[in-house]
Amino acid sequence: MDKLIEAERHALRGDVPPFAPGDTVKVHVKVREGEKERIQVFQGLVIARKGGGVRETFTVRKVSQGIGVERTFPVHSPVLERIEVERHGIVRRAKLYYLRQLRGKAARIAERRDN
Amino acid sequence: MINGILGRKVGMTQIFAADGTVIPVTVVEAGPCLVVQRKTKENDGYDAVQLGLVGRVSPRRLSKALRGHFEKAGVPPARSLGEVRCDVQDAVAPGDKVLCDIFAADETVDVIGLSKGKGFQGVVKRHGFGGGVATHGSMFHRAPGSIGPSAFPSRVYPGTRSSGRMGGKQTTVKNLEVVKVDAENHLLYIRGAVPGARNSLVKILKKQGAASAPAA
Repeated sequence: MDKLIEAERHALRGDVPPFAPGDTVKVHVKVREGEKERIQVFQGLVIARKGGGVRETFTVRKVSQGIGVERTFPVHSPVLERIEVERHGIVRRAKLYYLRQLRGKAARIAERRDN
Repeated sequence: MINGILGRKVGMTQIFAADGTVIPVTVVEAGPCLVVQRKTKENDGYDAVQLGLVGRVSPRRLSKALRGHFEKAGVPPARSLGEVRCDVQDAVAPGDKVLCDIFAADETVDVIGLSKGKGFQGVVKRHGFGGGVATHGSMFHRAPGSIGPSAFPSRVYPGTRSSGRMGGKQTTVKNLEVVKVDAENHLLYIRGAVPGARNSLVKILKKQGAASAPAA
């Protein structure tokens, strides 16, 4: 097992900022359109982080034009140009799936300010 | 040229292609191996090399016969031995090293291993029988059903699929793709699954095609 972890380590990105469920992030995604490549930003709330090692993924939720949109990205995917942490939130659980049932004021999350 | 190597299955993981596609891979620690014996047509009836997977093993733990075998080859004792067929003209001698760099990325390989033992299993799991419905008063669930006619032949035909021991058999998976070769750490990344449990011995052979088949 240790050898597997060792083998995976080389594939890990070194530039992933620390972020957790409840945080608001901007995910810069590389999008290929034919020949051209451009960056698309997906901003939203991290509602889950799953898995470990290279297989770790995180789910970002945003409400776009009244419709909830969720995207799940592999943390170490080369498709991600970078991840920006906009805001740290105060939450008491690791998976924030309950937010799907809430909207508006009820779906707010308090900001954590580290002084 | 030697077209195979012994290795140990490390486990499965995934690697990313440049476009972000996830490729499921099995990591195999392949080699280093040492040639322990060269079998020849005259002597053994066929041409092959016997490989030993390098690993620490105390000579005390070996039988006298094996100890003599390694001594004759002039190689340190190996924990696992395996054979790979080769051509008559191949010039290999005991003591030669075989490393995983005999493989290159994108190459097609066959992998031989001992599948995981599943114990005594019924026909549904072992042979893929359909079984019956679970509910609606059905009294036929996972039984095999009819195993043949009655008065004639008054016996069950040999080879009729039935329940029994499953797995723990030598299994070959053909045409797997080598995704990556890490020569420094003796690691091969092979696309998809490979027979056997973690740490089990596997044999990796170059694709057994018409061109690469050894002259019999």
